[in-house]
Amino acid sequence: MILDGVEVAGEPAPGQCLRTWIREQGVTAVKKGCDAGDCGACSVLLDGAPVHSCVTPAVRARGRAVTTAAGLGTPADLSPVQRRFAEAAAFQCGFCTPGWVVTATALAGDDGRVEVEEPERCFKGNLCRCTGYRSIRDALGGVANVEGLDAPEQGGFGRSVAAPAARRVVTGTEPFTLDLPDAGVLHVKLVRSDQAHARVTAIDVSAAEAIEGVVLVLTHRDAPDLLYSTARHESRLDDPDDTRLLDDVVRFRGQRVAAVVAESAAIAERAAALVQVSYEPLPAVFDPEEARSPGAPLLHGDKSPEQSRIAAPERNVVAHTHGEVGDVAAALDSAAYTVTGTWTTGRVTHASLETHGARAWVDDDGVLTVRTSTQVPFLVREELARLLSREPDSVRVVAARVGGGFGGKQELLVEDVVALAALRLAERGDRRPVQLELTREEQFTAVPWRHPMRVSVTLGADADGSLTAMAVDVLSDTGAYGNHAAGVMFHGVHESVAVYRCPHKRVDAEAVYTNNPPSGAFRGYGLGQLIFAIESAMDDLAREVGLSPYELRRRNAVVPGDEFVVNGPADTDLAFGSYGLDQCLDLVEQALDAGAAPPPGEGWRTGTGMALAMIATIPPRGHHSSARVTLEADGTATVEVGTAEFGNGTATVHTQIVAEALGLSPDRVRLVTSDTATSGYDSGAFGSTGSVVAGLAVHRAAEEVRRRLDEPQRPLSATGSSTGSPRSVAFNVHGVRVAVHPATGEVRILDSVQAVDAGVVINPEQLRGQVEGGVAQAIGSALQEEVVVVEGAVQTRTFRNYRLPQLGDVPPTRVLFADTYDTLGPRGAKSMSEAPYNPVAPAIANAVRDAVGRRPRELPMSRDRIWRLTRGES
Amino acid sequence: MDLASVTRFRTAAARADLHLAEGERLLAGGTWLFSEPQPEVSGLVDLTSLGWAPWEPLPGGGLRVAATCTIAQLLQAPWPSPELPRACADALLMSFKIQHAATVGGNLCLALPAGAMIALAAALAGEAVVWTPDGGERREPVTTFVRGPGLTSLTGGEVLRGVDLPGWALRAATASGRAALTTYGRSAALVIGRRDPDAIALTITASVPRPVVLMLPPAPSERTVRATVAEAGAEVGWYADPHGAPDWRAAQTGRLAVEVCEALS
Repeated sequence: MILDGVEVAGEPAPGQCLRTWIREQGVTAVKKGCDAGDCGACSVLLDGAPVHSCVTPAVRARGRAVTTAAGLGTPADLSPVQRRFAEAAAFQCGFCTPGWVVTATALAGDDGRVEVEEPERCFKGNLCRCTGYRSIRDALGGVANVEGLDAPEQGGFGRSVAAPAARRVVTGTEPFTLDLPDAGVLHVKLVRSDQAHARVTAIDVSAAEAIEGVVLVLTHRDAPDLLYSTARHESRLDDPDDTRLLDDVVRFRGQRVAAVVAESAAIAERAAALVQVSYEPLPAVFDPEEARSPGAPLLHGDKSPEQSRIAAPERNVVAHTHGEVGDVAAALDSAAYTVTGTWTTGRVTHASLETHGARAWVDDDGVLTVRTSTQVPFLVREELARLLSREPDSVRVVAARVGGGFGGKQELLVEDVVALAALRLAERGDRRPVQLELTREEQFTAVPWRHPMRVSVTLGADADGSLTAMAVDVLSDTGAYGNHAAGVMFHGVHESVAVYRCPHKRVDAEAVYTNNPPSGAFRGYGLGQLIFAIESAMDDLAREVGLSPYELRRRNAVVPGDEFVVNGPADTDLAFGSYGLDQCLDLVEQALDAGAAPPPGEGWRTGTGMALAMIATIPPRGHHSSARVTLEADGTATVEVGTAEFGNGTATVHTQIVAEALGLSPDRVRLVTSDTATSGYDSGAFGSTGSVVAGLAVHRAAEEVRRRLDEPQRPLSATGSSTGSPRSVAFNVHGVRVAVHPATGEVRILDSVQAVDAGVVINPEQLRGQVEGGVAQAIGSALQEEVVVVEGAVQTRTFRNYRLPQLGDVPPTRVLFADTYDTLGPRGAKSMSEAPYNPVAPAIANAVRDAVGRRPRELPMSRDRIWRLTRGES
Repeated sequence: MDLASVTRFRTAAARADLHLAEGERLLAGGTWLFSEPQPEVSGLVDLTSLGWAPWEPLPGGGLRVAATCTIAQLLQAPWPSPELPRACADALLMSFKIQHAATVGGNLCLALPAGAMIALAAALAGEAVVWTPDGGERREPVTTFVRGPGLTSLTGGEVLRGVDLPGWALRAATASGRAALTTYGRSAALVIGRRDPDAIALTITASVPRPVVLMLPPAPSERTVRATVAEAGAEVGWYADPHGAPDWRAAQTGRLAVEVCEALS
């Protein structure tokens, strides 16, 4: 076989796919997104014809030419298609990009542009979760969006500078977590429960251990008798200690029961199938309302509410809030207008194209090193040290470029297993690295997803449409474990409720254990679910009062000077560092009016809708970062910062901040990131903090260096830090015009506009990309994505059954920026990564309501549901 | 994905090589076989090395399509009118890259309700040509060859050799319509009509567990079409999976059937 122009010898295994064969040869440009032919991240040219290497038998490639993205060009000498992708900024995390480049190359002309009749059909076998596809369409069409790719002296703060990794990403040469040589590496396969709730009475591992090449089998007998949470926060006390590394009670189908470590992934998989687990079934509960009712089976009834921090284990309630300001009942009695309703949201998976994966080893100094795809390397280190009874200094956690996160990698899901295995083996003198890479099926069935919620909202208003009463009741299904249950619930009811001035507010919310697979952190962190309900109710209220939805918001949304009130005392560390909501409302209203696209044909009904969202720029209770900037003797600058790049663009932002402060061109700034051994502490990349917390620390360090530029010594270093308080607020307003086809239930988005209040814009193209990506993810959640679960068993275990949005599913969105300067953020900037997701679903729902006269109350608004809605059925 | 349990790979050079040992499975394109874990499979036998012509002309203007013919090759066949094969290829969930490898026979043997090559072959009065283990051959309409989700009439040792499409069907006027939860997603209902001299043959797939062919009079009334479709669907049961609720699929099938019949009347 000729691989990227080089003859390779050897014989693939009989059942081996071409993807893993190529990677075994050291070419890691082929990525595993799905391993099932759906996503295209492993696309290669086979004798010039594009194929998915994951479903191509490796033996078929014998004697043929195989070309990956790395064989098409190099960072120094990009192919025409690679250049188009880099110039268009057609990637965020970049994990899917090599596959796009290969597929586009098969269709492109000599100039790298792809002119095909129906790109939506041609590229349905290439999935991207980050970008929302607009920038990819630009790459295919030859539109350039960034500067500095060839002229790195250009482009400081406020300019659309190319990502520092652009040339490596488009050539498939940027190393992700597991893009390392595979020789001598041990692999883990997890044995998972097929029971929803059961006690493990026996595990027989003898048959597995007898397989040649199996080196270790771990069960609950090997696990530390210590409870923790997979969720990671700045304070570990934010989450309940309800999880064991391997437990003798399983609480959901898919929970890990044993870990088999072997000399190859195939051996581990074969051996894992031979582990015999005996269970004593326990009663299970799958409905959160039943779960908190008397007599329900208890999931964590054996745990102490104080020690494990579970609100009420005796009724499966992990977290709750019940509180009122004013007198809601009286206010509703005297309201001129009232509206009420209940909304539900479905399960959504993050679908980062890179699955969870980690590799651990004990180095020569005895340091446990874990290389992992995580948003939170420092928080993982802290908890691993606690869990494995080691000093934090003897644990090193490193993240490479992360292939998408969306909150899913703010968890400890694979690191604990590989760390325990590596330590056990090191005790035996075996220092081989241990690797665990989850399959896409495991991503669907065994790792956390977005919390499904039921939200009831009642609003009261006076004759002028001023809110007088607001009552919100939330039931959140956290599944078998309480990771992020409290945080998501409290955040969910916070900015969604606090954005409105209203003298009487009541919020009741409970997060409840069930025997469903666990929920976790997901972009928006609870706000999306709440905002769907509250903004839908506000739309109803606007109709009742007879005001435009924009006017109703203008009348009731907070303005500087107001307090942020939910159901108790107002927040004290949240402030108006800037305020752009008024501008966002105006921008969307004007833009949507101007873009009145016609309906697609007869039988379609059109409508418009909008919704707003507020978000705190930083998570509460502290978010810390400490950065070091060094001006080197050769005039370049080195930035050491602990946060991780996972497609959010912080690497570009930090480069721009330092380049601007020190008067350097961006290519003279070097980043050293996300390594607990080399960077100062950083709480991690969640809550959109990469720019406003880590960025502020970098900014302060760079400013300090600048102040000392007169000093002669080089290298010249300074540190800067940021504590994440006080926090500001950012705003998003989304507006859409839709056409609904009652005969089929199809909702077509004719026009989509989002205005964002992100303060001073650091990198316009990158910000636009973040917004478009958030909107696309929200359109998926709103219209098509759904993890279907029956009695705790996941039915949708592949991308094709889950309907991850393709190029053809995502319409363009016009992104507009409010003109504000934030007094709390770095150089006036605010965060804007998760927020764009939040107002989209209610905007679409409100537009559907406008079009068909009936209100959707359930996500996703799939075609079958909308068809029923228009018929008056539910 | 890697098939961890597979330890043997044979390349078939002659028909005799198709006798499978325990745990062996036939491999054509491999696009489905390699897309899911196959813990029961310990050996693969490559069919594509038999060198079957992707398609051959049959007397009377028909076509024999080999089981190993890829979707991409199928589209190169001398179709009197290429619209229907094009529409069926487009109805496949998978991208054009998969169509370079995925085969017609693989689609038939997988027997998914949404199998678009099943729909195409059923709509064109296709006959499955099956090699029997005794060295013989049997023929069966595609509409009965596919028995239900994941189920065909193949018994132990039998191999699907191909599907014969008669010339009269290839020359007939056809129309089709498709519904899905997303525009390019898996079919939830696929309705194909074929105009015969004295009837319209309506083939329904994706919304029902196995292909259903209904014979309607030329220019049937909307009421007749809807009633016939509803009755047939009720008999076999409207299919339920994550790609659409059964009540919606029933309605879409009825709507598409009316549209298809109108186009052919």
